[in-house]
Amino acid sequence: MSVTEIFDNMEYGPAIESAKAAQDWLDSHDRSFDLFVAGKWQKASGGSFKSTNPANGEFLADIGLGNAGDIDKAVKAASKAMGKWQSLSCHARAKYLYALARLVQKHARILAVLETLDNGKPIRESRDIDIPLVARHFYHHAGWAQLLDDEFAGFKPLGVVGQIIPWNFPLLMLAWKIAPALAAGNVVVLKPAEYTPLTALYFCELCQKAGIPEGVINIVTGDGETGKALVAHQAISKIAFTGSSEVGKYITRETAGTGKQLTLELGGKSPFILFDDADIDSAIEGIVDAIWFNQGEVCCAGSRLLVQEGIAETVYAKLRQRMSKLRIGNPLDKTIDIGALADEVQLHQVQAMVDQGVDEGASLWQPDITLPNSGCYIRPGLLTDIDPASTLVQEEIFGPFLVAMSFRTPSEAIALANNSKYGLAASIWSENINTALDMAAEVKAGVVWINSTNQFDAACGFGGFRQSGYGREGGREGMYSCLKPSGLKAKKLGIFKPAKLKTTSPKPGQIDRTAKHYIGGKQCRADNGQSIPVINADGSLAGEVADGSRKDIRNAVEAATRATGWSRATAHLRAQIIYYIAENLQIRADELANRIRTMTGTSAKKASREVEQSIETIFTCAAWADKYDGAVHSPPVRNVAIAMNEPLGVLGIVAPQDNPLLGLVSLIFPAIATGNRVVVIPSDIHPLAATDFYQVLETSDLPAGVVNIVTGEQCALAKTLSQHDEVSGIWYFGNPQAVKTVQYEAAANLKQIWTHDGFETDWQSADIRQFLRKATQVKNIWIPYGA
Amino acid sequence: MIIDRNPGMKPDFDWVKTIRVNRSAVERRAATITTRRTVKQNWQAAWLLRAITNIDLTSLSGDDTQGRIRRLAAKARQPVRADVLKALGVQNLNIHPGALCVYHQFVKTAVAALDGSGIPVAAVSTGFPAGLSPLETRIREIELSVAAGACEIDIVIERHMVLTGDWQGLYDLVCDARKACGKAHLKVILATGELGTLNNVARASLVAMMAGADFIKTSTGKEPVNATLPVALSMVRMIRDYYQRTGYRIGFKPAGGISDAKTALNFMILMKEELGNDWLSPQLFRIGASSLLSDIERQLEHCATGRYAARHHQPLV
Repeated sequence: MSVTEIFDNMEYGPAIESAKAAQDWLDSHDRSFDLFVAGKWQKASGGSFKSTNPANGEFLADIGLGNAGDIDKAVKAASKAMGKWQSLSCHARAKYLYALARLVQKHARILAVLETLDNGKPIRESRDIDIPLVARHFYHHAGWAQLLDDEFAGFKPLGVVGQIIPWNFPLLMLAWKIAPALAAGNVVVLKPAEYTPLTALYFCELCQKAGIPEGVINIVTGDGETGKALVAHQAISKIAFTGSSEVGKYITRETAGTGKQLTLELGGKSPFILFDDADIDSAIEGIVDAIWFNQGEVCCAGSRLLVQEGIAETVYAKLRQRMSKLRIGNPLDKTIDIGALADEVQLHQVQAMVDQGVDEGASLWQPDITLPNSGCYIRPGLLTDIDPASTLVQEEIFGPFLVAMSFRTPSEAIALANNSKYGLAASIWSENINTALDMAAEVKAGVVWINSTNQFDAACGFGGFRQSGYGREGGREGMYSCLKPSGLKAKKLGIFKPAKLKTTSPKPGQIDRTAKHYIGGKQCRADNGQSIPVINADGSLAGEVADGSRKDIRNAVEAATRATGWSRATAHLRAQIIYYIAENLQIRADELANRIRTMTGTSAKKASREVEQSIETIFTCAAWADKYDGAVHSPPVRNVAIAMNEPLGVLGIVAPQDNPLLGLVSLIFPAIATGNRVVVIPSDIHPLAATDFYQVLETSDLPAGVVNIVTGEQCALAKTLSQHDEVSGIWYFGNPQAVKTVQYEAAANLKQIWTHDGFETDWQSADIRQFLRKATQVKNIWIPYGA
Repeated sequence: MIIDRNPGMKPDFDWVKTIRVNRSAVERRAATITTRRTVKQNWQAAWLLRAITNIDLTSLSGDDTQGRIRRLAAKARQPVRADVLKALGVQNLNIHPGALCVYHQFVKTAVAALDGSGIPVAAVSTGFPAGLSPLETRIREIELSVAAGACEIDIVIERHMVLTGDWQGLYDLVCDARKACGKAHLKVILATGELGTLNNVARASLVAMMAGADFIKTSTGKEPVNATLPVALSMVRMIRDYYQRTGYRIGFKPAGGISDAKTALNFMILMKEELGNDWLSPQLFRIGASSLLSDIERQLEHCATGRYAARHHQPLV
């Protein structure tokens, strides 16, 4: 076009970033890549697959297809490297991470271009967002590596960590996985996404340049089968996965009972809540950043717009106008807002979902903007006339489509926002600090952005609530996901069996007494009307307890679900009540000690000691209740980023079979001190300590439903508990036989499970802080400011 | 393109009070608007030529003389070297700045020096730059400048009115100025660097438009902070709202501190993205600048020859 013509039409022209260096690099490898194992390129045993550019279908390279044998080699290489890596000083590991940060910066441009070639995202994003965040992640974690011994005393690395990453932010997800794992002293086997392996392969060369010891980082490319092999490998201590909720559930089930730890960063349908007192023009740009960032292929995309009814039409009109300005096309063009979807499969899936939404009655609006003739492109869309019952409101589209609904009041906004199986992120727009912070506190999301969206930083933990997964990546909270307490016992936990019943009748003259469940602040009989005998260590009948069944669990969970006031109560109030429980337990110390002695057959001294320790533990939890503070992070923007510890909600607790009182209170009180409501299945061998204990609770002003106790056979009750979708997490310390079942069943709603993994727990010297961490999830709230 | 002149509207201060500008969000948009778009090669040349037509070539110094103003006028007649225009194939575009902007004292000199060129003369008026001389003298100054041949009048507002929320006072002031302008177009300088917040900037923008401004302008060039992208964004969003409410298109003039081609292009991208191509015409977009022209010339020479140009090869502004 001539200068004169352009002077007249004032259009934009092409501004293509050169791909020459990236293409030359691919050529230098003959466009064929092996696996990176033990610091060397090694042939894949499973053959190869092709990586193509989704923007134009061009072949990029042949990629090694790792199979189970390759995974085994990589895990062995990692295991071999582990000892030496862990014996390095913190400073030595920090220097390696620092070197990687520097190298990423020095190769920023070629990495950005490779990312765009492979994934289809606009070069502006790979250049200005992805790659700078990658470097930042390595810098930040070089710092944690340096500080590991001081800041994480009492913890040790997990071992070999298997990592599986998605195709939407290929190198960034690699950084999120590798940097903290290495900083904590772990070694890794990482499987990049099938669509987007190239930057990970380039990263291997950076590892060589940085002199990362052989085997510390292993990259095995491949497909879903490769990932399965990694998940199944016995020598893996942890799987860190980012991807779909479906695969997250698969991994949960596959690893059930294996003792492998999990961090899952899964899907989302994150609300974007817009109030009428917001800066609406800025909010419109926020929406652009929320859903038209990375083609909408973002797990935390603000894909559900909730707008106050009075401004809804104005907002939709402004939005349509803004959408007409979006430019779609060659992702290497610096003037492009939306590039290509990552693969044709993805394109068809997104289109099919949108078609379904329209079939269900949604109105779709798409701007009249030109698309390239070929490549995986799709016009962005705004879907209105849609409501919570619509598929597109419930399900993640993972493409550039926004669904929009209106609300009337803040409480309705929250009700709509939280009406989701997911809980990854939320964006809240209001100039009223009261409204904004109230929403931030109420919304179920791991990350909340006030008057902003899609802000990321290595210093702030990222991760979800509910079916968006668990564990955090980034910040101090992320480091805990890569470590375990160093004091864990390695002794297998046995299965406790009751003593043999010698006499079936109670002692003469005693009034017959059957302990009941404790549900919703009341003692209640078993739903099935049955009871089961409790046998003392000497074989005498200690009494009977209610024989819990599915319905008792249901009732207990209902009661706990309703007791929301406890989670909202002030920490001071919770502390007061917990102290009072300790006070009242003290009064009945002798009675409880006697009970423990006769039930378990332990010495009087040990039984008294267990009661004393229980009282002390309750005191410790009361003490912590108003001190388990969050943090204020320091991301490199002008804002306050608050990391708040929030309770999981309704927590299932399966108490140990031994230590009938201390084990019980060690689990209940950290949970309720942090605001959870609990459903407790006490020891099924010695349940009377729990049933005696609820009398203490009854006299201590504990609100109804905060603690609910259901007695009965642990394994069966635990299974029902783990099948209940209102339950957000389970602490399973009971009969080791049910660990696998509980973990497997929990996958359906991705409950957070914490178990003894079949090993003994040292209740006498347990660190309550570990329990507090497990009882909470971190919510990061970003609050930019500026008068 | 025919621009219907803004008649102003009855004051609606309820509207003014509902305006909310979130500074952090505006800054984020301003920071990315220029990383989302760029112009290269022929597009860069064309956009820079357009930028010249948007310039209010300005000299507002205490030491201005008739000679200095005549030199400025001569530069306005020939803003780019003929060989560069020829190399770019744009000799016929008749590129010249949007106006020449001077103090009242030099309006006559400028008008005479530009005679026959079609380039209008703009005068800064109303006790520039503080705007605090008696209202009568400020109004009289406008009338005298118009009488002397100024087609455009740049006035400054009284900042205290914004800082204390005296929207009625501001409205009346601009109405008076507009009346005194007659046919001459009125540009209202908000002196945004002295308004404290972007909320104030946006609200003052709206009041000025309600009172009949043809253009709203950021700065006198004499405040500590002049035209910035966040300020521009806050103002042009108000222009968009006003247009949507009334159907009248108001012009925008950033001024002060825009001295290189890259910055000028950034402002143009902002105009195109937020308001559309109409607002790239000199009827609706001006940049108050002087040294900017030299830098644009150098970039144009680079576009034409592929060589980086020396400053001393461009005729002095």
